[in-house]
Amino acid sequence: MLKLSRYVLYDIVRSKIIIAYTLFLFLVSFSLFQLEENESKAILSLLNIILIVLPLVSIVFSTIHYYNSYEFIELMLSQPLSRKRILLSEFFGVAMSLSGAFFVGVGIPVLIFSFNSVGLSLLFTGVMLTIIFASLAFLASVLSRDKAKGIGVTLLLWFYFTLIYDGLVLMILFSFSDYPLEKIIPVLSALNPVDLGRIFIMLKMDVSALMGVTSAMYQDFFGSFIGVLFTVGVMALWAIIPLRFALLVFNKKDI
Amino acid sequence: MIQIERISKRFKKLQVLDNINVLFEKGQVVSLIGPNGSGKTTLIKSILGLVKPDSGTILVNNILAGKSPDYRSQIGYMPQIGRYPDNMKVGHLFSMLENLRAEKKHSLDKDLIQSFKLEDIYQKPMRTLSGGTRQKVSAAVAFMFSPDILILDEPTAGLDPLSSEILKEKIRKEKTKEKLILITSHILSDLDELTTHVTYLQEGKLLFMKDIATLQEDTGEIKLGKAIARVMRGEHTDGSWIDKIFNTSSNEEKR
Repeated sequence: MLKLSRYVLYDIVRSKIIIAYTLFLFLVSFSLFQLEENESKAILSLLNIILIVLPLVSIVFSTIHYYNSYEFIELMLSQPLSRKRILLSEFFGVAMSLSGAFFVGVGIPVLIFSFNSVGLSLLFTGVMLTIIFASLAFLASVLSRDKAKGIGVTLLLWFYFTLIYDGLVLMILFSFSDYPLEKIIPVLSALNPVDLGRIFIMLKMDVSALMGVTSAMYQDFFGSFIGVLFTVGVMALWAIIPLRFALLVFNKKDI
Repeated sequence: MIQIERISKRFKKLQVLDNINVLFEKGQVVSLIGPNGSGKTTLIKSILGLVKPDSGTILVNNILAGKSPDYRSQIGYMPQIGRYPDNMKVGHLFSMLENLRAEKKHSLDKDLIQSFKLEDIYQKPMRTLSGGTRQKVSAAVAFMFSPDILILDEPTAGLDPLSSEILKEKIRKEKTKEKLILITSHILSDLDELTTHVTYLQEGKLLFMKDIATLQEDTGEIKLGKAIARVMRGEHTDGSWIDKIFNTSSNEEKR
């Protein structure tokens, strides 16, 4: 498995996009830490960038990589290698290079300037979001043979998770404000890994005190140890389930 | 060696393979002939497990194709259009395949790499190669692991006369080693000197599979090209010969 991933990684690194992405992340996070006097303010700005940019780059890059590797996949499939192994190697190659870029680009500045629980949970969320969106991208790509359609679907997914979903949640909160909503808040946030990541980090920061009742509501659940376990578990599920479905589809696919 | 039983495959409205039964034995050089779109490539891809048939079974050396990938180590496949990763260098491609299949100690067959002088272009990326050179690479890959079964999809299309001769000479050499060689081609004069059996496909149906002597006898033509042309036009000296073949081939199945 790792043998094959190595060739995938090699191919990705040669394309230089991943290096540009690393540099971009590094410049952004480094300058944010330099500009803001207060490190937690810097983390907050960084968080907003990460929650938008990371999923976008991860999902688009993975999709394009899949379609560009179609020839490679074809070649590998005529060798005595199983389909599962081939797809997983592709996935690990992409996920490793993207999380590597994130770890160098954001991880190093964060570890230098803000080595505490907030910084570490930011890194954890970033890596998980990268993997989750790569996994969603693989599912979307194996489902359609057409490259344009595949990329379109992944962009829609990104829109849904970063913009549309929040709107839907607000709508629900407004229309059902007469009902006790505390119970369904964790469920609603679990349905969107980006939201889950945001809440997970926000609650580690001082600013959470400024958010009023909602924050108190969140704090009760997500602040607890069970809440942390819940977050980690749900994020892991978000990474595994789409990949699992992608494998099922890929196994039955005609090449 | 390859036992195909009741294979059917439908792509949306098109019935590409329609209940195909055939048995290929070792020592045979089988020409798969048929008009464009008659299902030759789909049949080949089904043997390789690249296309999953809707029904029926394929046994390669008594192993069910499509379950475990290991049976493909017995097969060398040269695709109709060889597609390779753009950035990969020619030499890298060969070393990667060697490395990926290193667990089985094959004696590597580098005859074609030498006779096509591929070592001279080891440093060139795959995307810069012409169609003919790609064909040479595909051929070298197919023969590299000295497989028992060779499947060549339009091997000489796009090759210059000299390279075409080199490849044919190589096929002739492998023929003496009691291997099964499956060739599809529209250049019937190329097949003339190599083939021992002819399989004719039309609109997804297998019309006949017979050895070359019988075909010559039935059509009254010595040249394969003329014999097949007769079959394609539907004019044959003995009107009932197709029924005769069907009877003999069903007898073969019973055996």
